[in-house]
This record gives sequence, C-alpha cells and structure tokens, in this order.
Amino acid sequence: MNFDIFASTFMPLLAAFGTTIALTIFGFTFGQILGLPVGIALSSNSTIAKTLARIYTFVWRGTPLLVQLLIIYYGLPRLTFLKGTVIWPFLIAPLVCATIGIALNSAAYTGALVGGGIQRVAAGQREAAQTLGFSKWQTLRYIILPQAYRSIFPAIGNEFILVMKASTLASAIAVMDVTGAARSIVAQTYAPFQVFAVAGLLYFVFGSIAGQVFRFLEARRLGPIGPGAASAS
Amino acid sequence: MVDILKYAPLLADGALVTVKVSVTSLVIGTGLGVAAAIAAVSNNIWLKRLVGAYAGIVRSFPELLIIFVLFYGGTVALSRLFGGHVEISAFWAGSAALSIVFGAYASEIFRGAISSIPRGQFEAAQILGLSKAQLWKSILLPQVAYRALPGIGNQWLILLKDSSLVSIVGIEDVMRSAAVAGNATRSPLTFYLVAAAIYLVITAISVLSIALLERSVKARFV
Repeated sequence: MNFDIFASTFMPLLAAFGTTIALTIFGFTFGQILGLPVGIALSSNSTIAKTLARIYTFVWRGTPLLVQLLIIYYGLPRLTFLKGTVIWPFLIAPLVCATIGIALNSAAYTGALVGGGIQRVAAGQREAAQTLGFSKWQTLRYIILPQAYRSIFPAIGNEFILVMKASTLASAIAVMDVTGAARSIVAQTYAPFQVFAVAGLLYFVFGSIAGQVFRFLEARRLGPIGPGAASAS
Repeated sequence: MVDILKYAPLLADGALVTVKVSVTSLVIGTGLGVAAAIAAVSNNIWLKRLVGAYAGIVRSFPELLIIFVLFYGGTVALSRLFGGHVEISAFWAGSAALSIVFGAYASEIFRGAISSIPRGQFEAAQILGLSKAQLWKSILLPQVAYRALPGIGNQWLILLKDSSLVSIVGIEDVMRSAAVAGNATRSPLTFYLVAAAIYLVITAISVLSIALLERSVKARFV
C-alpha cells in the first residue's frame, strides 16, 4: 500500500468537500422550505390540495433520485424561452441542477414527515385554539406547526444525513463533489481503497458533526413534549 | 414515440436486470440482516460489538461510495490476487454493495422485531423443553417475520431505487438502457422519463404486493 497517496488525495478532496457541504446545506434548506407547504397540503381538508400533494410525494418517492437528477439536467435546458434571461446561465449549471433535484426530492420526504406530524397533533388542540378565537392560519402557525415540528425533529435530523448521502449522486451529472473528485483521482492513481477511505472519512466527519448539531438543537431549542412540558420549558 | 417502441426491448431487458439486482440484494441482504440480528441479541459481547459496528458504519456512509469501493477496490484486489488485470463483475460488485447496505438496515429491523417478543415466550419454550433450534424455528421466526415485514417492505422500496446507482459502474439496468437509448436518439430526456415511469410501475406493484403479503401473513399468524 502506498501511503503517500493519502497526503496527495487529501487536499483535492478537501477542496471538493466545499461543494458537498454547499450541495447538502442548500439542498436540505430548500427541501425544508418546499416540504412545509407539501406537508400542510397533505393534511389539509381540501381534496385538490391533498390529491396534488399525494401525487407529488408518490412520484418523487417512487422514482430514484438519479433519474430525477438526469431528467432535470436534460430537461431544464429545454426551457428555451428563458434563454437570454438572467436565470438561464444558472439553469444549465450542473451544480444548480443538482441542488434543485435534491431539494425537490427532499421536499417530498419532508412533506410526508410534516404531514404525519400535523396529523399526530391531538384534535383537541385545534378545537381549543378555534374556541379561543384563533384564525385558521394562527392555529396552524402558533399551535399546530410548533408541536408537529417538535415531534418530527429527530426525523428531520435524519433527513439532513440522507440529503448528504444523496449529494453524492450529483457526481453523475458532472458535479465535482467529494465523490466525483474521488472517482477521478481513482482513475488517475488506481488506488481505490486509500482514496475512498479519505472520501468516506470526510462524509463520516460531516455526518457526525451534523448529528451533534441536530442533537444540540433538539435539546436546546425544543423542550420536552407531552404532559407537563409547558411547565418544564 | 417510434423511438420508444424501437428501444422497448432494450428497456425491458434493463428493467429485468434492475429487478434481478434488487431481488439478489434482497435475498442476500435479508440473510445478512437475520444473521446480524441474531448475533446482536446473543450473549457474546464481541459478536454484539461486531454487528453493531457493521450496522453503524455502513449506515453512515453514502451508498454510492460503498458501490465504488467494492467495484474499483474489488478489481484492484482481484488483480493483485491473480496477477494481471482482472475486472470484477459489475453485477456482483453492485449486488454485494447493495446487499451489505440492505443487511445493515435489515439487522436493525430484525433486532427490533426480536426484542419486541415478550420474555415469557422464551421462558415458556424452555419449560416445555424445546431446544434452541426449535425455539427459533417454530416460535420466534414466524413472529419476527410478521413484525419485520412492514420495515423490510419499506427497505425494499429504498433498495429498488438505490439499485439505479449500479448503472454508474456499468451494469445494464433500466437506467443504463435509458442512457444508451437516449444517447443513440439524442433525446435523453424522453428516455429518462420512460425509465422514471418504469420505476414508478415497479414501485406501485411492490406496494400492492407488500400490502397483500402483510394481509395474508396476518391472517395466518395472528
């Protein structure tokens, strides 16, 4: 085994690590933003909103992310009426395509989580809020969503890790993230074990830090839930 | 439209390979998962640590990286072993990677299913004089299978989609077929949409089958 290779692969992989981090954080953030309305629609009383959200989650969760990324990668440049506008150069950038693809995919999973979280909030909470004169929007904003997010928070932390793993697929559409860079270094050096070990270590470190951050947030920002929680916080 | 019909046999072959890779990984991965779960509930502390490390480590690495390690690493290892360039079969490297990943998640599901069985059943079996093998075969496994079914069904749906990753190392699954047809006709978008539709159909069939299976198992055991 050639150990020098560890040193020579570490720097290029570390440079690509920035792309992986950006892809994960942006993909996750936009996924969360888009997932909220999906979740609200899934648990709403409107048949149309519910049906649309169900179709969205079924299609996006029923097909591989890889095919979704490729469809976006080849599909966006077909929107030729946007040619010449300011957003056009972004639409054909692989990194932007990957971020959009990962965000839309994460939104489907997040939507299902949020929808489930909303449905688990006890019905009495909604009724009590309405009796107290809260509007429908206020009930959702101040009563339902805070409780729903508390119950699904650990799953959202999981979703972050899943998005990090999903970001590796961006390498299939020519994004030079850690996985893409590792693969091209392997093609040059033919030292798969050392290179992938360094790549794996980077993902492991990133995932561990993210896990710690989410656990910290959970303990800090969100008090315990359940009976007696109000007095505890 | 004509293009799609022309490439329909290629896509059908690809779909078959997708199912083949997925089913192979399901079978091997379930075996791994059951073995790891039994080790996890055993009294051997080292065995427990070993399977704990297996499940923990595998689940914290991206699936694509595991596929790459087995494919490129397998080729290098085989070449060293036999001298000269020996390329590992992409099918087996891909299936092995997916099996290892599936096994890691399945072990957690089976472990949960085993530990949800009330303690009294173990004691009752001992009092009735059942051997350890009899206890597992006629008392525990049917119940474990029933309790693990929803989790394993879920994991199967994930496996099915993860199987698309093996196309990156050159297995001719439905993704690869779509890429080939898309390149040849210069309309990749069309063929990737067809591939997505094929995955959606396989997923829908799987969801229905799992629901039927759950119902029939429930009728028989509960």
